[in-house]
Amino acid sequence: MDTTTIKNNFRSEEYQINMGPQHPATHGVLRLLLTIDGEIIKRVEPDLGYIHRSIEKMCERDSYQQIVHLTDRMDYLSSHINNEAVCLTVENALQLEIPERVKVIRTIIGELTRIASHTLWWGVMGMDVGALTTYFYGFRDRELINDIFEETCGARLTMNYNIPGGLMFDIHPNFVKRTKEFIAHFKTKLPEYDLLLTGNIIFQKRMEGIGILSKEDAISFGASGPVGRASGYSCDVRKHHSYSAYDKVTFNEVLKTEGDTFARYQVRILEMWESLSIIEQLIDNIPEGEFFAKTNTVIKLTEGEYYQKVETARGELGVYIVSTGTKNPYRMKFRSPGFSNLSLLNHIAVGGKIGDLVATMATLDLVIPDIDR
Amino acid sequence: MNITKNIHEWLFSLMPEATASIVEMVLIAIVYLLIFAVAGLYLVLLERRVAAWFQLRLGPNRVGYQGLLQTMADALKLVSKELTVTIKADKFLYNLAPYFVIVTALMALSLFPFSKEFQAFDINIGIFFLTSISSIGVIGILLAGWSSNNKFSLIGAMRSGVQTISYELSVGLSLLTMVVMTGSLQLSQIVEVQKSGWIIIQGHIPAIIAFCIYMIAGTAETNRAPFDLVEAESELGAGFHTEYSGMKFAYFFLAEFINMFIIAAIATTIFFGAYLSPFGITESIPLLGVFWFLAKTLVLIFLMMWFRWTFPRLRIDQLLVLEWKYLLPLNLMNLVLMALMVLLGLTIKF
Amino acid sequence: MTNEALQSLISTWIPELEFTEEKSQFLNITVQPEQLHQLMTQLKSNSETNFDYLFCLSGVDWGKELGVVYHLESTTHRHQLVVKVKTEDRENPTFDSVWTIWRTAEFHEREVFDFFGILFNNHPNLKRLFLTEDWDGFPLRKDYVDEINMIIK
Repeated sequence: MDTTTIKNNFRSEEYQINMGPQHPATHGVLRLLLTIDGEIIKRVEPDLGYIHRSIEKMCERDSYQQIVHLTDRMDYLSSHINNEAVCLTVENALQLEIPERVKVIRTIIGELTRIASHTLWWGVMGMDVGALTTYFYGFRDRELINDIFEETCGARLTMNYNIPGGLMFDIHPNFVKRTKEFIAHFKTKLPEYDLLLTGNIIFQKRMEGIGILSKEDAISFGASGPVGRASGYSCDVRKHHSYSAYDKVTFNEVLKTEGDTFARYQVRILEMWESLSIIEQLIDNIPEGEFFAKTNTVIKLTEGEYYQKVETARGELGVYIVSTGTKNPYRMKFRSPGFSNLSLLNHIAVGGKIGDLVATMATLDLVIPDIDR
Repeated sequence: MNITKNIHEWLFSLMPEATASIVEMVLIAIVYLLIFAVAGLYLVLLERRVAAWFQLRLGPNRVGYQGLLQTMADALKLVSKELTVTIKADKFLYNLAPYFVIVTALMALSLFPFSKEFQAFDINIGIFFLTSISSIGVIGILLAGWSSNNKFSLIGAMRSGVQTISYELSVGLSLLTMVVMTGSLQLSQIVEVQKSGWIIIQGHIPAIIAFCIYMIAGTAETNRAPFDLVEAESELGAGFHTEYSGMKFAYFFLAEFINMFIIAAIATTIFFGAYLSPFGITESIPLLGVFWFLAKTLVLIFLMMWFRWTFPRLRIDQLLVLEWKYLLPLNLMNLVLMALMVLLGLTIKF
Repeated sequence: MTNEALQSLISTWIPELEFTEEKSQFLNITVQPEQLHQLMTQLKSNSETNFDYLFCLSGVDWGKELGVVYHLESTTHRHQLVVKVKTEDRENPTFDSVWTIWRTAEFHEREVFDFFGILFNNHPNLKRLFLTEDWDGFPLRKDYVDEINMIIK
C-alpha cells in the first residue's frame, strides 16, 4: 500500500473502497473504485458495464424503425430527444422534407422532456447532499409532465413517439391546454426550488468551490450540456447546429464561468426557465398539417456516413451511422454525453472529500444506461 | 402518587428492606423500559408522519387508525428477522455494540422530572450524569463501525467519534452556562429555581444564545440531519449500522429516537421549566405536569424533525469548523457573559 | 473556414493525405497510421484550424480493415472535420493514442479497444472498460461469433 507523508513523520495510509455498483449515490449500477486517504479522494476509477446491453451491436441487425425504440433505453430521461436524434439522422440521409408541424411538436416535447429530466435531477441532487424533501418536490412537477406525455404518447418514460419521417400519432386534443396549465403551474413552483435548496447556506457552502472544471479542460474532456456551459464553454447544440424548430425561437444559452458544482447547479435551474420560454413561444403556434412524411416501409439509406447531434438534457448526443445501402446500418455509434462527462470525474473529484465526490457526481447528472449503452 | 406509594408500602411489608428495595428498582426499570420502548416507536411514527407532511405525502396511515400501529408492525417484523453477521466481523464487539447504544439511551431517561413526583432518580449531579451518560453511547457506535469489518462502516464510525467528541463540548458548555445561573446540578433544584420564571426568560440574552447552541449541538449529538454524517446514506450507505439487521439494527434505530427525546427533554428541563405550566396556570393539579413536560418536549422534537427534513447535510470539515471556530468560542464568551450577569444581578425574576 | 480552404491548408502539412467529401456531410481525411499523431497535433495546435473538440471517436470494422474515425470540431471557428485511420492488420491493429491531445480520447479509446481490439500506443490505462477482463474476442467486429447470445437474422 502506498503511504503519504502529510507532515513531519505523520504518515497515513491510502486504502481502496468500492462505491457501487449498489450505492445510493451512483444512481444506478456505476461502480467507482476510490482510492482514499482518510476522507480525501486520491483517485476515482469508474468501472462500467454492469448494464451494458450492446445496443450498438443490436442496431446492426435491426431496421431503422426498430433502432428508434432501442434508443429510449439509453438515456431514459431524455428518451424523446434520443428518438429524435436517430430520426433526424435517417431523415437527413433520406433527404426527407419534414412537415413544420412535426418539427414544432418535437421541439415542444423535447423541451418538456428536458424540464422533466432536470426536475428529477434536482430532486436527486438534493437527496445526494442530504436534503430529502427536494425529491418529492421534483417528482410532483415531473408527474404533471409525464401525464401530458401519457395522454399523447401512451407512455410516460420510454415514449417512442418519433418515427423516421415524423410522429407516430397526432398530438392529443388536450395537449396544448395541459401544457399551458403546466407552464402556469411550474412558473409558480420553480421559485420554490430556489427557496428550498438554492438559497440554503449549508447547500451553498457544500457546493461552492468544489469540482472545478476549467473551460480548456471542459473542451478537452469533451464535456457538453450543462457541465460544459457551467465552465463558460458555449456548447449548446441547439444554438450552434440548430435542428427541428430551434431556429424559430429565441432563447439564451445559459453560461456560467465559475465551473464549480454550484455553477452546474445554477445552469440547470436557469435552463428550466429557458425551456419554459421556448415552449411558450411555440405552444400557440403549432402549424396545421400532416404529422408525418411518407417513407418506404423498408428504409434503406444510400451508402455513406451520416452524423447528427442533438442536445439532450445531459448534453450532446451524437448518432453516427455508416450505411452500405442495406436496410440495416453497417455500423451505428452513439456518442453519449454521459460517457464524456464521466471521464472527467477523476479530474475534478481528486482532492475533495467523499461528500464532495457525491455532490460533484450529482451535478454531472449521470444516467448509467446512457454511459453503458 | 398514590399507586406507587401503595406498591412501595406493600413491598416493604412483604419482605425485608434490602430485597424490597431491589425488587422496587427492578419494577421501576421494567416500567421505564416498557414506556420508552413504546414511546420510541411512536416517535418513529411521528417522524414519519412529519416527514410525509413536509414532503407532500400522506405517510403511513393504513395499519391501525391513522397508521398508529405501523411502527408496532415494523418492530414485530424486525424481531422476526434473521440476524446476519459478516464473516470477518469481530463477533463479540459486534454483538455488544447495540447494547451500549440502547442501554445508555435508556439510562439517561431515569433522571427526568416528568412531574413533581414522577422522577425515578434525583441525583445531585444530575446534569453532569446526563452529559456523561450520553457520551458513552458513542462507544457503541465506534464499536459497531469498527467490528463490522466494513470500510463504509469504519468511515461512519470515525466520523461519529470526531463529531461527538467535538459537539460534546458545546452541549456541556451551554448547560454549564445555565448551571452558573441555577447554582445546582440537581434537576429537581433546577426546576425549583424556575418557579420564578423559566430560565430562558430569567437568563434572557445569554440563555437564548445558550439554547440555540444547545439545539445545534444536540442535533449533532444525536447524529441527525443536517449532522447525519455518521449515516449519510448518499455517501456511506448507512454508515456504522450497514451490516446490522433485525433487532440489532432496531436498537440503533430506537436509540436514535430516544436520544432525540433525551436532548429535547434536557432542553425542556433546563430552559423551559420542565413540568411547570406557563404562568403557573395549572400548578394546582400536579399530574398535569406530565402533560406540560411532554408538550414542551414534543415541540422541541418537532423542531429537530423540521431541521432534518429541510436542511442538506454538512461536510465533515464544515462540521468541525462550525464547532471549533464558531460555536465553542461563542459558548465560552457566553459563559463569561452569564457569569457577569449573575454577578451584577441582571437576571429577570418574577 | 470552408472545406476547400481546410483541404488546401492541411494538404500542405502532409502530402500523402486523401481528401474526400463524397458520401458524407463532412470533409474526410484518410491518414496513414504513422502520420496520425503528427496530423492530429497539428490540427489541434495550428491557430487556423484549431480543432480543440473531439466530439466523437468511433471504431469501425470495414470488413477487411479495422479503423478509427475521429470527428473533430473547432469551438472557435466552428468548422468540422473527420479524420479516418485504417489498418489491415487484424491480429494486432495498433494506432497512436491521441489522449494527450484531447483528454476525452482516454475513455473513448478504451471503449474502442474493448469492442474492436484496437491497441493504442502510449495509452495510460488500456484495459477492458465495459466487458470483463476475461472476455474472449471483440464483440463489435464483424467476424465475432457468439452462438448463445447473438441472434442472427
